[in-house]
Amino acid sequence: MKIHIKNGRLVDPKNGLDGVQDVFIAAGKIIAIGTPPDGFHANRVLDADSCVVCPGFVDLSVRLREPGFEYKATLESEMNAAVAGGVTSFACPPDTDPPLDEPGLVEMLKYRAKNLNQAHVYPIGALTQGLRGELLTEMTELNDAGCVVFGQPDGMLSNLRILMQAMRYASTFGFAVWLRPQEINLTNHGVAHDGEVATRLGLPAVPVCAETIALSNIILLAQETGVRVHICRVSSAEGIRMIRVAKQRGLPITCDVTINHMHLSDMDIGFFDSNCHMMPPLRSSSDREAIRSSLQDGTVDAICSDHAPVDEDAKLLPFGQAEMGATGVELLLPLTLKWGLEMQLPLIDVLAKITYQPAQILGVDAGHVSVGSAADLCVFDPEDYWQVTPAALLSQGKNTPFLGMELPSVVKYTLVNGHVVYDRYT
Amino acid sequence: MINKNPQLNNNGVLQHLLTMEGLPAPVLRNILDTAESFVGVTERDVKKIPLLRGKSIFNLFFEPSTRTRTTFEIAAKRLSADVFNLNIAVSAQTKGETLLDTVDNLSAMNADMFVVRHAQSGAAHLIANHVQSDIHVINAGDGRHAHPTQALLDMFTIRRYKREFHNLRVAIVGDILHSRVARSQIHALTTLGVPEVRVIAPKTLLPSMVERLGVRVYNDMAKGLKDIDVLMMLRLQKERMQAANLPSSEEYFKHYGLTPEKLALARPDAIVMHPGPMNRGVEIDSVVADGKQSVILPQVTFGIAVRMAVMSILASNQV
Repeated sequence: MKIHIKNGRLVDPKNGLDGVQDVFIAAGKIIAIGTPPDGFHANRVLDADSCVVCPGFVDLSVRLREPGFEYKATLESEMNAAVAGGVTSFACPPDTDPPLDEPGLVEMLKYRAKNLNQAHVYPIGALTQGLRGELLTEMTELNDAGCVVFGQPDGMLSNLRILMQAMRYASTFGFAVWLRPQEINLTNHGVAHDGEVATRLGLPAVPVCAETIALSNIILLAQETGVRVHICRVSSAEGIRMIRVAKQRGLPITCDVTINHMHLSDMDIGFFDSNCHMMPPLRSSSDREAIRSSLQDGTVDAICSDHAPVDEDAKLLPFGQAEMGATGVELLLPLTLKWGLEMQLPLIDVLAKITYQPAQILGVDAGHVSVGSAADLCVFDPEDYWQVTPAALLSQGKNTPFLGMELPSVVKYTLVNGHVVYDRYT
Repeated sequence: MINKNPQLNNNGVLQHLLTMEGLPAPVLRNILDTAESFVGVTERDVKKIPLLRGKSIFNLFFEPSTRTRTTFEIAAKRLSADVFNLNIAVSAQTKGETLLDTVDNLSAMNADMFVVRHAQSGAAHLIANHVQSDIHVINAGDGRHAHPTQALLDMFTIRRYKREFHNLRVAIVGDILHSRVARSQIHALTTLGVPEVRVIAPKTLLPSMVERLGVRVYNDMAKGLKDIDVLMMLRLQKERMQAANLPSSEEYFKHYGLTPEKLALARPDAIVMHPGPMNRGVEIDSVVADGKQSVILPQVTFGIAVRMAVMSILASNQV
């Protein structure tokens, strides 16, 4: 299959490209940019007039809910949702049931995902067996099966010695460790940021120090062990400040934020909107401003959707009992662009946060448009708008605080390995 | 999602009573004035009036309660409504039925009004957002969030004894952090124009940024009680020692228990209130609880009139 994408504005942050240039694809790879190779005859021409052509997006957290939670979502539904959002590579956390702590499970997930022939799935291996924080997993076996990084998504290990050992072991083989900073004793049964809103609504509160104390432990252990650490879902201004200092000291630390936390604050809970129940909790508006500006100054490396489809019944409960999480993979591009528009940033800098920068964190060759590389691309209309409604979302999860909002950009085509895996017109 | 005030209908008329927050002062005054007219009824030989005849009121108590449930039941019966008490804690929910399924089933039995108590903050809001527009929801206490009829009966009591709100200093003493009563009292007092509301508690029993609710924070009871006209004591739950909020009830009583000596620091005509049930010797000394400045039993009596007022106002506010 030879594809010619014509008349589009090619934007590739990694290679510094931003201009109207055609892209030529053959045998799953990009074979030329600008002028066609000699004798190139396209089987299909995609007209990208007034559209942006860019690398397919890389999302650092997409929950597929398989294995174990198929009633919430299935591989098929969420893979469809991902490519509809222009996402061509993503990492999925190991908090499935059973957790991704055995090579067989990881191989099965990779195999099933591969057969769907859509986005590239990168499972995050469990750092400890059963994610119980007691025994290490067979990281090299998991790596052979397809895990590129290792994580502990439910917050910190309670036993710091085990965490230090896990970090040392991972660094032996050059694996990165992904952690969401959360001191579980301080989170306790909290469901909302410890501030005026939680006080008004009488919601059990999560103090900022639940994040920063865990973060301080992680940073000190990273320094001790030399492991490459990725901080997932940082939510507070103080947490970001600590990461900035650690980076300035030269520690190999990266971090991401979610599309929810860069746009929302605890005020959006309103009268107990359970779609705003998430962990880490939506924090104060000053935390949100810190997230937005530190994305710009580079302290925060990547934006992720933290996609977590929840079935409807699990949200029709009082706020504290409602399951946390929000659907998001289809909102990654629109909400990233919305941030860029509001901050008046060049498109090329905005797209870096969801293309090559997350790809580098994940350690995979993706997120750029280069001759010879896999043709993973997204074509979107930046001037168009759409309304977030349950019907407009392909994900099985319809729960998001952004329901009803109009968001910028409409994806027209998504290509993975040179195949059109999403076409808005069919 | 657009979060409109779920207590008011599109015409700004009270549809549900969920929280004191966001309700205009005239709405509160109207409830208090209506309650005045019912106090007489509760003192008559024949204590029934036919305002809610033929209406079905369901007491949905997902959390154990005796006093609040009973006063709601008495209030509904005095208005001639049919009252059904459901003790959900030992019924449908333990069989796996969800909160909203329970509500749907009762709605299908032609309920006109739900009186809801639930351990989770926001439960009454959830139900109010879910029911058909001709059903009214009264929050009888949700988690730590709100207990609006308790606050209204407290306001009624204050008005009875002090006449005006605009010249008062009011102190709320005790476990503000976990108290839905305190939150509702604060909103009601500030809405009705009390110029100075204080909260008095150790730091472990105060929620963050509580001053944003419009109160002054005191950790020292002696300072906090100076020039106070109304003292509102809160119940201290035994669990607070387990969760390390406090070392012991004895030490709590030493610093925050209301004794005659501490009461003497307030104004000589100060009144003492308590939402009940009281822990004598923990938050309040028996001498004070039974003393001449205590209005704790009148609070209970007025609670019936206030709940009658809320029910009759909601029932007459049809869309």
